[in-house]
Amino acid sequence: MNNLILSPSPHIHTRQSTQVIMRDVLIALCPALIAGIVIFGVRALIVTLVCVVFSVGGEWAFEKCTKRAVTVGDLSAVVTGVLLAFNLPVSIPLWQAAFGSLIAIVGVKQLFGGIGQNFANPAITARIVMFLAFSQSMTTWTFPDAVSSATPLELMKTGVTDNMPSYLDMFLGKTGGCIGETCALAILIGFVYLLIRRVISWQTPVIFVGTVFVMSLILGQDALAQILSGGLMLGAVFMATDYATTPRNAWGKVIFGLGCGLITVLIRFWGSYPEGVSFSILLMNILTPYIDRWTRKKPLGGVRA
Amino acid sequence: MKKLSILLKGIIKENPVLVLVLGTCPTLATTTQASNALGMGLAATVVLLCSNVCISALRKVIPDKVRIPCYIVLIAGFVTIVQMIVKAYAPALDSALGIYLPLIVVNCIILGRAEMFANKNTVGDSALDAIGMGIGFTLTLFVMSSIREILGNGTWYGMPIPFLKDNSIAIFTMAPGGFAVFGCLIALVNKISKGRAIKKKEFGCSGCPSAAVCGKLDAGREEAQDK
Repeated sequence: MNNLILSPSPHIHTRQSTQVIMRDVLIALCPALIAGIVIFGVRALIVTLVCVVFSVGGEWAFEKCTKRAVTVGDLSAVVTGVLLAFNLPVSIPLWQAAFGSLIAIVGVKQLFGGIGQNFANPAITARIVMFLAFSQSMTTWTFPDAVSSATPLELMKTGVTDNMPSYLDMFLGKTGGCIGETCALAILIGFVYLLIRRVISWQTPVIFVGTVFVMSLILGQDALAQILSGGLMLGAVFMATDYATTPRNAWGKVIFGLGCGLITVLIRFWGSYPEGVSFSILLMNILTPYIDRWTRKKPLGGVRA
Repeated sequence: MKKLSILLKGIIKENPVLVLVLGTCPTLATTTQASNALGMGLAATVVLLCSNVCISALRKVIPDKVRIPCYIVLIAGFVTIVQMIVKAYAPALDSALGIYLPLIVVNCIILGRAEMFANKNTVGDSALDAIGMGIGFTLTLFVMSSIREILGNGTWYGMPIPFLKDNSIAIFTMAPGGFAVFGCLIALVNKISKGRAIKKKEFGCSGCPSAAVCGKLDAGREEAQDK
């Protein structure tokens, strides 16, 4: 009789746990990490390790200090650390990377109640904080070819496109940028893996990137270069699909992706910053509860509240 | 002893900025540099002292129905005097504080102390209250601006600090950093005073002018009864 459990729905359980999901995300991030190390050198790995150590350490220390259950084992802090490192230039001073990791874990995640309670993506928010705090070192890029002096997005922003890298170089990531964002191929491999493992659904990334592509076409920009450059791919696949901070059901995800794409395009083409992916995701994170409310499914026979 | 507590309560226990959460706008705006914050704090303290004394002395003369306009006229008069003095003797401070100097007129601390204290107490007590609140305000501004200037700019009172000058965290001098430091200081004061000040009736929910129409108050009351 002890096997009988009386509980409200849902009654179907899977073996998926936070730890399994986060392990899958980490596996999916591996190709981009390898690409980052190949393109930018060993320092990419060091920056990533610093971010991971300070993310996990920060979570452990905060939970110890506030006498909460220690949730380091669910690997979510590792994912946050890796994602934050992927959003940093390889030349970032290590203390700044550590500062950003603590902002992400303590400031954005733990102060709001820990995993699942945060309203904004920790890595994205920490990136924006660092962008404002260290504007100099956050925009000092390392270039794999030692010829270029600006990222593709900066080139397109200024309109001087003589030195634009070829589409193939941009697809393989041989351009200036953050550690994990330049190699579209590696991110796509991770995307396919996450889809196969059913960790994420296709809506947000595809609609996000698709919106940027279509809007760029309509506005007469180089649409292919737009979607291959900057943090678009990384943001769409790994940041805009975070469980806690994005809508739950399919139509919500479509709206989320659409909104992200539109804000990105607005900032890229009319804003003063060359890149708008992180801002777009943060702004849509804030709208997520409302999107969830609009797209809530009406139960059979139920009345919409 | 009672006089001393009137004077001292403004520093931590009923700190105007960190516990009563009044005067937030000048607090956030002028604390990017320690020198500006000190000037702002002193200017507001002078106005607060004059207005508290005046309003307390006139509390039996001013009709209750028009008391707020009367207070504002008095406060505005003192602000104008202070502004002229600062313009004449410290033009650099005047240009640094800009619009925030004349805006002391609408600083909630000054009107708040007039409403909460000066119109119910004697001239002497009101003067002590004003000095205590003024010190609390100035001290808070000074601490907050020191944190923001040292971390955000690598300087303190304009003097460069060796190591930090090259490793400044610029966000502390911007608006988000201001809010973050403000929140941390509020948390710190709550920790020190163990949240006692907030539970006091006149500062809690029931002291709010909208208390009659607010649903939160009833919930709070039920909670209190449960305890």
